Amino acid sequence: MFFRESGVFHTTYQRDMALYPMPITKFAVAAFAVLFVGVLPFSMHEYYVSIVNLVLIAVVGALGLNILVGYTGQISIGHGAFMSVGAYTAANLIVRLDMPFWVAVPAGGAMAALIGAVVGIPSLRIKGLYLAIATLAAQLIIEWTINHVPWISGGVQASIEVPRPRLFGYVLNSQRDLYFFLLAFATVAIVATLNLVRSRIGRAFIAIRDQDIAAEIIGINIFRYKLLAFAISSFYAGVTGVLYTYYLGIANYEQFQIVVSIDYLAMIIIGGLGSVLGSIFGAIFVTLLPIVIRLFMESFGSLLFDPKDVLNLIPMLRLILFGALIIVFLVLEPEGLDRLWRNIRNYFRVWPFSY
Amino acid sequence: MTGSFARRVLAGAGLGIALTVAGGAFAQQKEVVVGLQCDRTGATQIVGTSLCPGYHDYVALVNSKGGVEGHKIKVLEIDHEYKVPQGMEAYERFKKEGAVIVGVYGTPHIQAMTQKLTEDKIPGTSPGFGTAAAADGQRYPYIFPIAATYWSQGTAAVKFAKDQMGGSLKDKKIAFLFYDNPAGREPLPVLEELAKVEGFTMQTWAVPPPGVEMGAQVLDITQRFRADFVLAHLFGRSPSVSIKELKRVGFPLRKVVSFVWGSGEADIEAAGGWAAAEGYNTMQFAGVGSEYPVHKQIVEMYKKDGKPAPKEFASSVYYNRGMLIAVMHVEAIRNALKAKPGGGITGEDAKAGFEKIKGITLDGFMPPLEVTAKDHEGGGYVQIFQVKGGKFEKTTDWFRAYPEVLAKALKDHAPK
Repeated sequence: MFFRESGVFHTTYQRDMALYPMPITKFAVAAFAVLFVGVLPFSMHEYYVSIVNLVLIAVVGALGLNILVGYTGQISIGHGAFMSVGAYTAANLIVRLDMPFWVAVPAGGAMAALIGAVVGIPSLRIKGLYLAIATLAAQLIIEWTINHVPWISGGVQASIEVPRPRLFGYVLNSQRDLYFFLLAFATVAIVATLNLVRSRIGRAFIAIRDQDIAAEIIGINIFRYKLLAFAISSFYAGVTGVLYTYYLGIANYEQFQIVVSIDYLAMIIIGGLGSVLGSIFGAIFVTLLPIVIRLFMESFGSLLFDPKDVLNLIPMLRLILFGALIIVFLVLEPEGLDRLWRNIRNYFRVWPFSY
Repeated sequence: MTGSFARRVLAGAGLGIALTVAGGAFAQQKEVVVGLQCDRTGATQIVGTSLCPGYHDYVALVNSKGGVEGHKIKVLEIDHEYKVPQGMEAYERFKKEGAVIVGVYGTPHIQAMTQKLTEDKIPGTSPGFGTAAAADGQRYPYIFPIAATYWSQGTAAVKFAKDQMGGSLKDKKIAFLFYDNPAGREPLPVLEELAKVEGFTMQTWAVPPPGVEMGAQVLDITQRFRADFVLAHLFGRSPSVSIKELKRVGFPLRKVVSFVWGSGEADIEAAGGWAAAEGYNTMQFAGVGSEYPVHKQIVEMYKKDGKPAPKEFASSVYYNRGMLIAVMHVEAIRNALKAKPGGGITGEDAKAGFEKIKGITLDGFMPPLEVTAKDHEGGGYVQIFQVKGGKFEKTTDWFRAYPEVLAKALKDHAPK
């Protein structure tokens, strides 16, 4: 936020690393809470709420992937599959055992964490592109397994219909209800990540990312922390899958294909690797950009082209613009939207007395 | 130049506002909104780029003739790139704009939207794809397959094979070559049941996505299994590959019948042209060709605007399917407006409208559909067209087969 931190001096490491580095941050957080809980959902049309819902789901997934890729430096192209693991675990629990969401969500996450940790084993030996291919294999294996084992997938259609989440007998089924449901999980995910990265575990992750041999020499158990990174990251992915399942009312493996893994990677790269705020920016950017481009094209496209052609052009131009804008933003600031935001903030922090 | 561009944009913005205002005023004049999801850029663009124009053209034709019961139909189209989140977003947008019917596109999409559509009481159509069990109108009140589901296509394919083999399939060998995804596997239970009923041996071969490599499967079917007839249920690029491969090993293509999504002009052309695919049988749930009276009317309409006939006519299979969807939507709206002449119809009215559709054939363009509150499929009629002498030639009239097997499948699928 834009504020001057004059008069605030941190004298201990604890103070310096606190969640609220300055008194004013508390007010900022409170203001955001009021905005998201009290103002936003009630002032927007349900359609816009539904877009925010998609963003909230994406935020959880992007945070999880960022823990692995951004903080620990291990790459994964298998996160779409981990989401499907969470989705199908939860769907089976909900349908067969009639579990409530507060069991299904963590259970889906836990199962994904388990599978994720197994998939993470090759990371102990291989790095970079090689690891990417290993996780790609996981994506394909998990997809195939879900697709072909009716016990998991619930039949030929490989889709399980799931009832809406209930809270004390109240069924959350409108977009607004689901907004609060998703907001709660997104908030927990954000706070948990913020805390994780400033804990011992988070610092170990960062040490491994920066130089794993050095990290081992200073006493970090590489085996444990790499697998832990995979497990935690997959847990987030699994939760994303469960949230998605609840949001759509169905678990379907076609919603978690490799394209999804790539989309999430795009989110964190555009948003900023190794940054919580960057994950949020990335999730917002990738989810909203196509919608914004379309709205823009719908309003102005017919002025430049024949109306019949516009229908053909909108989707094409949207893809081209989407790609072009991603390139523009990355050229503008290779470290992502988060860095861009910090640059702007730093500029205004000393404005107009910049030197 | 920059100046002129800026002026153009400014003028455009002004015009846009003027249009929005005019549109607002126009909306008070009677209008019914329909949402159409489309895929012109994603995995199934080969279908979408012809299907969606067909839809628009038919609606434009209806509007040019004064609309439906004094109401104009406004179509909102959103391309979702065959991605589910985009599809959900599109659906919410349609809902916001007050759409009474949503034309859903894609099997994962109709599945993801089933619950929402039912909650919001907006009928969604899934012609020729989606969950076959949705034919049961009592279990899925707001889902309308309105064309042969994969189950009906399966029974029709077996019936066709039976007729081609001289009226009996006893001890014959039938190969089912399918795309390895949920939509591809859906006909399996019905086919297995039919194998018992008709006494033929069936073996299945899965083609893993993206389905451009099936040499091994085809060799196995033709050389080892020595199939008497092949049922092909493939999507996207893979139908053309199957034609090529079967042709290469010398299997007679007249002993192959493809389900509805491997049956377009584009598939034949991609397989090496009409001469190469001679004999290939295709299953259709809408008329084929652009010689129907409704096409003549569309050409007339274009002529009035001083334009040539739409280029999508060349891909008549998918174009006509788009028209079929539009016809069904228009008729549902017509029935709804007849019941509620004052206008202001809702999704519920449109649902009731769908359930009264009967006997709209447009001179053979449409199957003799009859949608009821119980049967949302409308009978599940198909036609077989064969590739012959450079075009699709009709070999059967509208037919359906084995209703008892379909009824059993529906019953087995229902939750216990």
